[in-house]
Amino acid sequence: MQIKSPEFKENARIALQDVGLQKALGNLKAGFPVKRAAAVERMPEFEDLRDQARDLKNHILENLDIYLEQFESKVVENGGHVHWARTSEDACKTILDICQQVGAKTVTKGKSMVSEEVNLNEYLEKNGIEPVETDLGEYILQLREDHPSHIIAPAIHLNLEDVSEAFHKHHHRPKSDDPAVLMQEAREMLRKKFVAADVGITGANFCVAETGSTIIVTNEGNGDLTQTLPKTHIVITSIEKVVPTLEDMTLFQRLLARSATGQEFTVYNTLSTGPRREGDQDGPENFHVVLVDNGRSEMVGTELQDMLRCIRCSACMNHCPVYGAVGGHSYGWVYPGPMGSVLTPQMIGIENAGLLPNASTFCGKCESVCPVRIPLPKLMRHWRENEFEKHLSPKAVRYGISGWGFFAKRPALYRWVSRSSAWFMKKMAGKKGRINKLPLAGGWTDWRDMPAPEGQTFMDQWKQGKR
Amino acid sequence: MPNAEHQPLVGLFVTCLADMFRPTVAFATVRLLEQAGCIVEVPEKQTCCGQPAFNSGDRKTTQDIAKMTIEAFDGYEYVVGPSGSCIGMLHYYADLFDEGDPWKARAEDLKARAFEITSFLVDKLDFDKISAQYDGTITYHDSCSGLRQLGVKQQPRKLLSKVDNLELEEMEEAETCCGFGGTFCVKYPDISNRMVSNKSEFISASGADTLVGGDLGCLLNMAGKLKREGKSVEARHVVEILAGMLDQPAIGEADADKYALAKQV
Ligand code: SF4
Repeated sequence: MQIKSPEFKENARIALQDVGLQKALGNLKAGFPVKRAAAVERMPEFEDLRDQARDLKNHILENLDIYLEQFESKVVENGGHVHWARTSEDACKTILDICQQVGAKTVTKGKSMVSEEVNLNEYLEKNGIEPVETDLGEYILQLREDHPSHIIAPAIHLNLEDVSEAFHKHHHRPKSDDPAVLMQEAREMLRKKFVAADVGITGANFCVAETGSTIIVTNEGNGDLTQTLPKTHIVITSIEKVVPTLEDMTLFQRLLARSATGQEFTVYNTLSTGPRREGDQDGPENFHVVLVDNGRSEMVGTELQDMLRCIRCSACMNHCPVYGAVGGHSYGWVYPGPMGSVLTPQMIGIENAGLLPNASTFCGKCESVCPVRIPLPKLMRHWRENEFEKHLSPKAVRYGISGWGFFAKRPALYRWVSRSSAWFMKKMAGKKGRINKLPLAGGWTDWRDMPAPEGQTFMDQWKQGKR
Repeated sequence: MPNAEHQPLVGLFVTCLADMFRPTVAFATVRLLEQAGCIVEVPEKQTCCGQPAFNSGDRKTTQDIAKMTIEAFDGYEYVVGPSGSCIGMLHYYADLFDEGDPWKARAEDLKARAFEITSFLVDKLDFDKISAQYDGTITYHDSCSGLRQLGVKQQPRKLLSKVDNLELEEMEEAETCCGFGGTFCVKYPDISNRMVSNKSEFISASGADTLVGGDLGCLLNMAGKLKREGKSVEARHVVEILAGMLDQPAIGEADADKYALAKQV
């Protein structure tokens, strides 16, 4: 995927004027957060579970090597294969190799953000293999040559008309705007692909070390067909998804469904444990797990380690007023919203993604809903500090802050600046009580008035004995 | 409640916005603290809490300001200010210093003593003898840091419920950020504008005639938007109402506006 994060501001400006997008974002806001709140309300122990989940994830991350090795040996014991991919390139090559070994022409795919992260579809296409997305949202995006704008509802930026348009164009059927008809259409198209596919690729929400299982949680059931029908099943996932036991996994499942969609439980929770065994009715003959690192292991042991607790529930973006205003594509890469503002700089470099961790008021809403209590604002601030230290922040910011700092460290001077500014602004406002155009503050006064100061500063008046 | 002999010595953290834009907010805070039996002093060495540097990633400058502020408020039993955001920043100071650094311990100590005004009155002093009157319907915006970092939610409402004649009409999404965010509003002006526009709609829809909040930054932002949109809703800091200090025109309001409006109706 092309990196557009450096153009965040421009992307955002366009997004704010996009009527269709704004309508879609309004639906999002009225949906997930309301449902989550209701689900949390119904579960008195929810906050305790969040603490447990945070602690368990911390434990896992401190013993990541041990659990990953345990997972690997269990997969192998079950007759499967584990591949370690340090980079996106490694992951794509590994998957291509497997596909070529089995002579694959068509692969079906369940929803996987890691596959977006490594840009798998493009890589396969370039090498003559047709990837077919089977998640409805992803399928629509693939038809439109579009990308996900949300980690669990990838096509959330589209409206019904967009879908109807795309289906009409690609399915060569009469145009319909009845969701049931559209769904049926997609089903018919995809059935053929499910049967034709040589390889099925899915992601994994968790990897269970004690059994060597991977699990996908979905609401459509497409993932089940993707992974059971073809002869070869490849799981592409990332190293922080490992959990020690099946029971541990259930803790995260309970939190994930509620935090994401407000469901008590996701509709399909499908475990894969190795290839088909003798006597099994169905299932793939080959089972591969590709474990992607892509900068994650570098986060272990640093302040950013907390980010690896993320279970990709999307609550942070669903509740984020900035995401809600500009949508996921504005962020310009795979992961949007608060979690993306922390992860993206790690994966594509702070020099490309510096605008993202800055695009937050630090309102703290994301942290307040994160099921694993990731201190997202603190981690965004980590990147701002990193940017500042590397002299990557815009000059205006650096000079502005050091100039301001010079005064802020000297109370007498600071008094003088406050006094003069108050006087000046009061003067400008005249009797109106507010200013509608202030030099050097266009960012403010283009959109809103600047209320005028009362006149004299508090410090001056206090000194004069006023009470 | 402090006993009759003990009068807590409070250092007022003025906040730079109250100092420069709205001294009334600081005077009102002093009045409330005195009504609650405190002795209030205003240390000279204070400027700003350091948030602009902290949120821009300039840790060194933030540390310098933190040290200065810690020293300025040495010896005060409590440090109280009319802003959840600035007091929240004082609470962050401890995170700026490494384990073992003596400044860390001093910062922790400051954190234990530093309170936002409404939470200080309610949670610490159990004070609710408000003697004020407000003839109007207000709606309350919960500013982010106060709400989520310091747990300020019921305290201002509890105190406001003691104000004669005052009606509270809650707006939808009272807890959603107004889009101020310090430097955010100038770095990302159009996103900030969308957020404050949403806010302005919720404020109007509440039917209240006055917007009340506990943070001047947010209030300047929202008042500025309401006025730009030509709305009649006024904005005031919660302490102005609680202390009954309503002589100053509301935020961004000229005296004349009121009369013009009165004539229209
Ligand atoms: S950061 Fe937290 S809230 Fe956001 S997707 Fe990850 S787990 Fe969910």
